[in-house]
Amino acid sequence: MQKFLFELNRDEAFQAEYAEDRRSALAGFDLTDEEQDALVEPNIGLLFHLGVNGQILMHFAALHSIEWQDYLQRMRDGLDTHGPVREGVYAVTGYEGVDAHSGRLGQLSRIEEGN
Amino acid sequence: MSLVFAGVCSHAPGIVGRADLADPSAKNRLYEAFDGMRERLEASEPDALVVVAAEHFANFFMNNMPSFAMGMADYYEGPIENPEWLGIQKTRIPGDRSLSERLIQKVMERTDVSYAEEWKFDHGIMVPLHFLTPSYDVPVIPANINCQGPPLAPLHRAWTFGQALREAADSVPERIALIGTGGISHWPATPDSGKINESWDRQFLDEWSRCDKAAMLSYSDQQSYLDAGQGAFEIRTFMTVSAATEGAPGIVHFYEPIPIFAVGCTIGTVDLAASPLPSTID
Repeated sequence: MQKFLFELNRDEAFQAEYAEDRRSALAGFDLTDEEQDALVEPNIGLLFHLGVNGQILMHFAALHSIEWQDYLQRMRDGLDTHGPVREGVYAVTGYEGVDAHSGRLGQLSRIEEGN
Repeated sequence: MSLVFAGVCSHAPGIVGRADLADPSAKNRLYEAFDGMRERLEASEPDALVVVAAEHFANFFMNNMPSFAMGMADYYEGPIENPEWLGIQKTRIPGDRSLSERLIQKVMERTDVSYAEEWKFDHGIMVPLHFLTPSYDVPVIPANINCQGPPLAPLHRAWTFGQALREAADSVPERIALIGTGGISHWPATPDSGKINESWDRQFLDEWSRCDKAAMLSYSDQQSYLDAGQGAFEIRTFMTVSAATEGAPGIVHFYEPIPIFAVGCTIGTVDLAASPLPSTID
């Protein structure tokens, strides 16, 4: 999955091929049915749950012009629906919420100010 | 010649792409700090800018991942991202193949580095260039430290890479500018994007400003991951600049957590003309 997204994110010609026919663009990659469906939909939350590196996924979401807050929410929804990230660098990251994190550190959450 | 400029800065894509969602005063303070860094860089009259970045799978993937790499081309292209999303149009950035080759050859005398004659820039380099060389008129030599796909090179290897870059800069006639770009604590591209550990950041920046090698090398990725997120692996880029300017004090011109930008935004430069810090004199 990550290899497919890596190739897609950096190659405009491949992006055009994907835009033309998403499923056929997956040919040649070793993917399960679940992974193929997640990539074709695309199901951002499921891809995050399956362990796609967040940076790769962020660029993929940008390719689909998914608005920032919507993109974050899709990842949260994915964890709610499918459970924690299965593997990879993002597996332990979890989701505690920015406000809870700031409170735990005794810091003022600036998310409202930042928004 | 030698190093004529050294500094560090953030590169988060939201800094440009989500600028309109930030508190305007915070955004303006950051942008003014970037302007100040650009003015210092321009005043140093560099012939080339070496950018030590931590790319996000624009060129290197787990099928063949170098710990350290440098570009060796006469031009590069970027950004790979959707230009509307990033707020930066696709463009061609000048390089300098001859200079790259001479720098790489010298770096190789001390440490291993991969080279790449093709390199596409992502936000990790494009955001700094957007502010620092907005006309893309300074040749860029990209360098990358793998901060994304473990296993990662240990911190002391990043230090050695910085020392090697300095020796390389000293060995060529061109005037070399160096920047390291990365986040400090942050959880980018996660549902917790916007989390920032300000106290962790301020401690690291204090160590960076004092060029405290022992303190910076004492971080472990395992603990940093827990305290400061996977984005903190990118402190390698800041430490590379410290190693390249060992003994010189760093000045943090700007630090402020801006959650919509997903990072504690940082602008710093190294005072290359200052007397060596007492703690770093052998």
